[in-house]
Amino acid sequence: MSVPHALLALLSEGPKYGLQLREEFEARTGEIWPLNGGQVYTTLQRLERDGLVESDGTGEEGPRKGWRITAEGERELATWLRTPPDLSSPPRDELVMKILVALYVPSADVHAVIQAHRRYLVELMQQWTRIKEYDAGSDVTMSLAIDAELFRLDGLARWLDAAEARVNRAATEGGPAWAGQAGPANQTRAPLPRHRREMRIRR
Amino acid sequence: MSMLELRGVSKSYGQGDAEVHALREVSLTAGEGEMVAVMGPSGSGKSTLLTIAGTLEEPTSGEVLIAGQPVGKTSRNAKARLRRRVIGYVFQDFNLLPGLTAAENVSLPLELDGVSARKARVPGLRGLERLGLGQRAAHYPDQLSGGERQRVAIARAMVGERRLLLADEPSGALDSANAQAVMRLLLDACKVGGMTAVVVTHDAQLASWADRVVFLRDGQVTDQTAVAPGPESLLTPERNQ
Repeated sequence: MSVPHALLALLSEGPKYGLQLREEFEARTGEIWPLNGGQVYTTLQRLERDGLVESDGTGEEGPRKGWRITAEGERELATWLRTPPDLSSPPRDELVMKILVALYVPSADVHAVIQAHRRYLVELMQQWTRIKEYDAGSDVTMSLAIDAELFRLDGLARWLDAAEARVNRAATEGGPAWAGQAGPANQTRAPLPRHRREMRIRR
Repeated sequence: MSMLELRGVSKSYGQGDAEVHALREVSLTAGEGEMVAVMGPSGSGKSTLLTIAGTLEEPTSGEVLIAGQPVGKTSRNAKARLRRRVIGYVFQDFNLLPGLTAAENVSLPLELDGVSARKARVPGLRGLERLGLGQRAAHYPDQLSGGERQRVAIARAMVGERRLLLADEPSGALDSANAQAVMRLLLDACKVGGMTAVVVTHDAQLASWADRVVFLRDGQVTDQTAVAPGPESLLTPERNQ
């Protein structure tokens, strides 16, 4: 979450006080990305230094100081909204790594490992669904943020289903699950295709 | 008291080398007002579990109890009465009769149970109104959207004094928004209407609506979710620091 851009977005509605910005930030992000007060005020100072916001120049630093967005700030906000985030390299996902590692550990029951993670994901999704239904109410921002989390967790749960099916298929066809193709366990593994070698994992 | 209880239920088809074990020693309970989801991949036995729970099939061994009563030894007529009065079914493909209006589809189970068409129409219409379909009562299934058809099917499954809802991939043919709406209706049926629902699905996002999720694999219950901690655990600021 880009706190500076969230603050610019709030100021694009009109001038606001520091305390107001902090309260509205928390209300609009559905308490999912909580901030401390100091973070809001230091971010506003940085935005002022960069010419993206202006203060009313009265009062001390803190909750009672008034802020408004500049024309440069409006342009920066518009550019940021339309610029897709960099999703070109897959994230380093600990859950994915654990399943991949489990394939190599002779004593690991891969199905049990997959199921442990699946149950945890579903339990988390149960909690988010409850929050969405009972707490979010007509709060569209909060509902959208929870939807995003539900879809992310659902994607992982689907990946676990696909992983289990792939492991089953590999076992049926013979050979270790990690080999990815039928054949004896001591078969020499083919070099990775170029596009796989070049796939960078985000750290 | 459990509304539905399966005790060590097994089901196999065929014999000898051709024998297929669809369910193995499955035990499951669903209490009054509880929504239980059964999750598993294709061929894990989910639909078989549901047909046995709904008395549409006999288990090879084990026992099914509905409202505390074992159904294994009851007569075919008694089971049919149970299906007409206590159990409601919701299917992926809705199973509405194309020649009947929405209202007629909903009141049909009551008519099959001997209630006159005129009397059955009242709870039928009430059920449709409860699900926001009062204006669609006179429409035929082919005049309704997929989401509306499934709501009609849910109204039909709840009509009368039914207490147990069995749903087999009830959102399978619907888009995400309509699928969520269907799950919301089923949950409401439990939390507001006091019904018990067992919902079979392969979809984690839909299963997450349930109070409890039971995982089925190769005909066996392998796991189930714990009672979830309150939502506060996901909303505390410490989590994000």
